[in-house]
This record gives sequence, structure tokens and C-alpha cells, in this order.
Amino acid sequence: MDAGMILEWVIKSVVMVLMLTGGFAYVTLFERKVIARIQVRVGPNRAGPQGVLQPIADAVKLIFKEELTPAGADKKIFILAPLITVLPALTVLAVVPLGPPLNLFGRTVNLFLTDINVGVLYIIAITSISVYGITLAGWSSNNKYAMLGGLRATAQMISYELALGLAIVGPVILAGSMSLVDIVDAQRPMWFAVLQPAGFVLYFIASLAEVNRAPFDMPEAEQELTAGYHSEYSGMKFALFFMAEYIKMIAVATIGATLFLGGYLGPFVDRFPILGPLYLVAKVVVWLFVMVWVRSALPRIRYDRLMALGWKVLFPLGLVNVLVTALIVVLVGG
Amino acid sequence: MSIGVMLVYGLLGLIVVITALGMLTSRNAVYSALFLVLNFATVAVLYMTLGAPFIALAQVSVYAGAIMVLFLFVIMLLGAEHITQRSTGRGHRVLSVLVAVALLAEAVIYILFRGAGVEMAALPSLPPDFASPAAIGQLLFSQFLLPFEITAVILLSAVIGAIYLTRRERQAAARTAAAEQPAEKPVEEPAEKTPIY
Amino acid sequence: MLEQWMYIGIFMVVAMMLPSIAIIIAGLLSPRRPNPIKNSTYECGIETVGPGWPQFRVQYYIFGLVFLIFDVETVFLFPWAVAYNRLGLFAAVEAALFIAILAGGLIYAWKKGALRWL
Repeated sequence: MDAGMILEWVIKSVVMVLMLTGGFAYVTLFERKVIARIQVRVGPNRAGPQGVLQPIADAVKLIFKEELTPAGADKKIFILAPLITVLPALTVLAVVPLGPPLNLFGRTVNLFLTDINVGVLYIIAITSISVYGITLAGWSSNNKYAMLGGLRATAQMISYELALGLAIVGPVILAGSMSLVDIVDAQRPMWFAVLQPAGFVLYFIASLAEVNRAPFDMPEAEQELTAGYHSEYSGMKFALFFMAEYIKMIAVATIGATLFLGGYLGPFVDRFPILGPLYLVAKVVVWLFVMVWVRSALPRIRYDRLMALGWKVLFPLGLVNVLVTALIVVLVGG
Repeated sequence: MSIGVMLVYGLLGLIVVITALGMLTSRNAVYSALFLVLNFATVAVLYMTLGAPFIALAQVSVYAGAIMVLFLFVIMLLGAEHITQRSTGRGHRVLSVLVAVALLAEAVIYILFRGAGVEMAALPSLPPDFASPAAIGQLLFSQFLLPFEITAVILLSAVIGAIYLTRRERQAAARTAAAEQPAEKPVEEPAEKTPIY
Repeated sequence: MLEQWMYIGIFMVVAMMLPSIAIIIAGLLSPRRPNPIKNSTYECGIETVGPGWPQFRVQYYIFGLVFLIFDVETVFLFPWAVAYNRLGLFAAVEAALFIAILAGGLIYAWKKGALRWL
């Protein structure tokens, strides 16, 4: 541990945060374009060629918007809530390997921030913390819609967190490790999506609910709750909630690709390590495309059915999946 | 024990005490809950520095992630965040002060008589797989198997207890829901009824 | 091992700076002309009725309670899953028993209607 090492990690952290911010900007554009195409529209195409400058225009607009604070709001928490929402979204990816070790400037650089032997549990812990921002945003706004949206979001997220956790137990059993680097390595013969089809589907559905995406976007149901927990937010603080949602999308897609789709693995990745991050990005883009596709194809699910799906279908399914996986591993002989 | 390690522990301990005091003195229950979350998180960092990452993360995900969400639900459910008057009795407060003084005296006496002159032990250098999840799993299923299974039974009784204790509320909610069915809805809603969302 | 956690600490500090800077910049650049009507609580354009903090139904609490119990279970499953290869059949049976006991709790909650959202 010396100053050079700390500098390396500061640089890595800054690069990671900037990558996620840039990713967020272009995922919004990607989503708008894809949905427009699915709905036989053109989508944003005014700012720059094919609308590529649209996210920058949006950002500039949001910076110069007036920020309102409702009269009855709890001011301190009202300002704190967007920060608390963004932080877990950004930090959850710290344990995910983005590629094999690279040789850069004469030293080996690991393409991950950190590799801890409880990586999967770190993801679960950060996910369970991420409900606070939304709850507090709803509570501090002093608005019925916001409050209801915040409570709904919390109840929904904790319900699907169980299914999410159980879906991840499968890959952990197969890899025999909670470190995501080891989990990726264990997928060299075969992706875990093939060995764990039920866990994969479970993870996909639960992660949609966990990041409040359609068809589970009850907390923001426009028709009944205006915008849910961020009804009263405007300007940059609103943008931060938006950012958290899209970064969470990127995060669950990256984690899902790492746990089930072999992460950065792909043909020739051992010979040319630089291909690793490209494979991972390709997998994440496909995953995000499916998320957007689901949003444009499926109507919103009713809240009681949402809770029933989480507790009476996904959670028991997750338990059965864990047991069946354990049984098969014993029979095959691990 | 190096001075840096002392500083880290001192700082973390200070944060733990400050957040605990903040929790006690906040007049708004939501602030109290938030201070408690911060307290749990700091204790988790302490566990981590002691070489127990599994316990640290379990602390975050169970205490900060599940128990405090439950607390927040209770606070918001009751609207307790805006209750300002103290409901605890006088005897209660006297007793708590007495207990606090006794505990503090105990700690001071311990440090003075037992801790004086004793060199604080350096942190033992831990083996690389110390408290690794695999090691914990192996211990849990060999040496501590019985406590582990007893935990399952305790959790089961917690489920049953929770459901039994809330049966009246659930029945009331079921009745309200039944009354809100469109077919049976009375034409004139009583005006003074507070809506429940 | 501890160093790895320090890197996470560094990352968290850096990650915290981004939204803070964004809020500060926006606070400096954005106009600020509040008036009572602009700052009133939003309620679809009509005047706000009742308090902003109404009473909520008890289901949120019940689901939180049941979640807490099964969250502990999930956390316990992880060390088992990691050590599974090294433990053998006996541990599999024990874990199955653990899951079965808690599945009993889930079925109880289900039958008593606690998982029904009203």
C-alpha cells in the first residue's frame, strides 16, 4: 500500500464513475430510439446527427432549470435523498470484473476495482441499502403521491430482493465462491445461464422489479401517482433520480451478464485480453435491449398481482431452484 | 498497535457514539431511524477492519437493509415522525440515567484497574482464508450444526408470531377492502372517514 | 484483504463526489425565484387536501416483517452455497431441512392470508 497504488485506485474509480455517467446518458438515448422504432416513430433526431447530442442537450437543460422545494418538505432529507439514491447505484459495480488482467504501461492492471471473497454478498447488501433514497424522497416531499410511490417502491423492492438473492445462490453453488472473478472463471466450460435456466429467468424478472422498470414500474405509475417518489423533484435533483434508475439498469445488466452469461468471456479472449471488455459491453447492450423491449411490449402489472408474483411464484421458485441445484450437484458429483 | 490503526478505531468509535446520541436526541423519528442506519453501517465497517467481512455484510443487509426498513414502515404507518411530546414516564427516565451511569462507571473501573499498564495486543496477522465464506460455511455445517438448525426453528416461530400478532389488523384491512368493492360501495361515503392508502 | 475494502472506500468517496458536484453546480447556475404558489404541494393542479403524510395500510408492515425473516435465511444460505462442494451429502440434507422449516413458515403465512395484498 503506497501512494502510487492509491493513485491507481483513485484513477480507476474516477474512470468507472465517468463511464457509468456516460453510459447513463447514452442508455437514455438508446431507450428512446429503440422504443421509437418499436412504435414506428423516429425518436430524437434534432440534436446532432441521428440525435447523438440529445443527452448533452438534456443535461444542459436540467442544469439551468429552477429547483423547487415544496413548502412543507423536510429540506435536509429532501436534498439528501437523491444523493443516497445515486450512491448505491454507482458503487454496486465495484466488485464486478470488467475484463481479464491487461498489460498497460509495463504493469499488470486488473480490470476491476476490487476482488473480495464475499463479492456476491456485497451486491446483496448494497441492493438492500438502495431502498432508502427512494423511501426518503417520498417521505420528505410532503406529497401524497410521492409518499405512496416511495412506500410502494420499498415494499416492491424488498419483496423481489428475496427472489434476487435466491437466484444468485445457484451460480454461487456451481462456482463454489462468492468472488465474481471466480464465478466468471467457473463459466469457462459453459455459461451458467445454460446450467441454471430457472435461476437466470428468476434473476431477470426480479432485477426488473428491483430497479422499478416496466412492467413493474408501479412506484412511478404516471396515470395514478403522477411520477411517484420524485413528483416534487425538479432540475438537477430530478436528473439524479433519473440517473440512478438508468445506472441501476446498467448495473443489473452487467451483474446478470457476469453471473449467467459468462461475463467478459468469449472466443479468443485469452489470446487478446482487450476483447474481454468488448464482449461484456456487447452482452450488456443485448440485456438492456431486452429490458427496453419488455417495457415497450408489456403493460404495467397491478400492484396486488405484483406482490403475489413476488411472494407466491418467484420466491418459492427460487427455493426450489436452490434445492434442485444442490441435489443435481450432489448426484453429478460436483 | 500502530498509531494509524488507533486513529481508525478511534474515529469509527466516535462516529458510532455520535450517531447513537443523534438517534436518541432527534425529535423526529425518521431522523432517529437514519442515525441508527448510519450507526449500523459504521459498526459494519468496524467488523470489516477486524477481519470479518461476512458478518459486516450480513450486518448491512439484515440490520440496515431489513430491520430498519421495517422500523421506517412502522414510523410512517403510525405517523409517529411528528409526535413531539415525550410519552415516557418520569420513573422510566430516572431508571435509564441510573443504568447509563452504572455502565459508564463499570467501563471506567474496568479500564482503570484491569486495563492499566497492559499493552494493547497487536492485531494478529490473520491467515488468508480467515473468516472466508467457505470457512464459515464449513464451520456452520460441522461444529455449529445444531445452533444453525435451531436458528431455522426460531425464524419459523418469528413468522408465526408476526402473523398471529397482526391478525386483527389484517382482518380489519380485509373488511375495509371488502367494503371498498364497487358493488357494495354505499352511494354516500361518510365524510369524516380518513382514507387509508 | 483489508486493502480491497479500502479500494471500495475510495470508490465510494469518488462516487459521492459526482452527485454532490452536480447538485452544487446546478445550485449555482439555476435560477431561484420561488413564490408560494410555485412551492405549494403538487396535487394535479387542485388545492392540496389533507396532510401530506396520510395513514397507510398495515400490509406494508406485515410484508416488511415477513421479508426480514426470509432475508436472514437468504444470508445464511450463502456460506452454505460456497462451502457446498467441500461439504458433501450430509450438508445438503441439513440445508434442505433448513429450507424446509422456513418453507413451512412461508406456507403458514400463505395459508393465513398474510401474503395477500388487499
